[in-house]
Amino acid sequence: MSLPPETFKTLVRAAAEKVIASAPELTALDQAIGDGDHGANMKRGFEAVLGKLDTIGAQPLDEAFKTIGKTLVMTVGGASGPLYGSFFMAAGDALSGSKHLPEDLAEVFSRGVGAVSARGRSQAGEKTMLDVLVPVLETLKSEAGRPDLVELVRVTASEAVTRTVPMRATKGRASFLGERSVGHVDPGARSSCVLLQAVCDTLEAQQ
Amino acid sequence: MNDTVSVVIVSHSQDIAKGTADMVRQMVGSEVKVAFCGGNPDGGLGTNVPLIIDAINRAWSPKGVAILVDLGGAETNSEMAVEMLRPEQRNLVVVCNAPIVEGAVMAATEAAGGSSLEQVRAVAEELSAS
Repeated sequence: MSLPPETFKTLVRAAAEKVIASAPELTALDQAIGDGDHGANMKRGFEAVLGKLDTIGAQPLDEAFKTIGKTLVMTVGGASGPLYGSFFMAAGDALSGSKHLPEDLAEVFSRGVGAVSARGRSQAGEKTMLDVLVPVLETLKSEAGRPDLVELVRVTASEAVTRTVPMRATKGRASFLGERSVGHVDPGARSSCVLLQAVCDTLEAQQ
Repeated sequence: MNDTVSVVIVSHSQDIAKGTADMVRQMVGSEVKVAFCGGNPDGGLGTNVPLIIDAINRAWSPKGVAILVDLGGAETNSEMAVEMLRPEQRNLVVVCNAPIVEGAVMAATEAAGGSSLEQVRAVAEELSAS
């Protein structure tokens, strides 16, 4: 079994369009505890990904992931570029090795999460995108094979975003705010959730 | 002229990057190559991997390149830029953990004396020790 290229292309388009549409919300969140550029940065990066969609759809899956990652690195223009870029490039590396989608989803996702953690020198609990990615990885591992896995991932991501509200940022720009970062949703956690939910919605629509 | 370690300045703001480079040139002179960049791909505030790679290549020295950055994204994007260099370049570029203006001036001063990349980095990073 392998992920059909057409399905992958549909997933990438859906995720990119959703994050572009969410740019105003991401910007508003980032204005509260960051420098207000997260929405514009993600929009620019994923518009570039959409521009390469035909290339991405024609590539082997590992190369497609690497193209997405490199495109984000080169176009986002904020720390989220290398962070999301590293996720996709590391996932691509895993697929270049012995891993396959969808059967090795948890392991491929884990490689991506590991790359984000290394790039940001950050762990879960520090009010970052890892506070969504790590719980989702746990769900992918513990619930692998369940028919309702897509729904479980959606719920996990959504609840994980809410849990960033009381967290105090110790990484990224929000860390300058210290205690004042408490009480706000983390913009990176939210953008991770937007991307994951777009993937979940698209998979469900295809089922 | 003997090669010296070069300095690259990466700020979210093109104006800060340029101003820092101007200060380095005035205080240290022109024997140390200095390149700078700032701004996101749309020209707004931010940092940008392709511009950082360009700046490293403009300043390139076989003795190495010391990068000085301002805020978080500048550091993350600079580290990413270093990883995207050719393999033989990568070990000759360091991102210094130092305040951007003072670090750039101290790094260039140390570099002008012919110091190694590690010495240049150490002198710049002394600024953030206290």
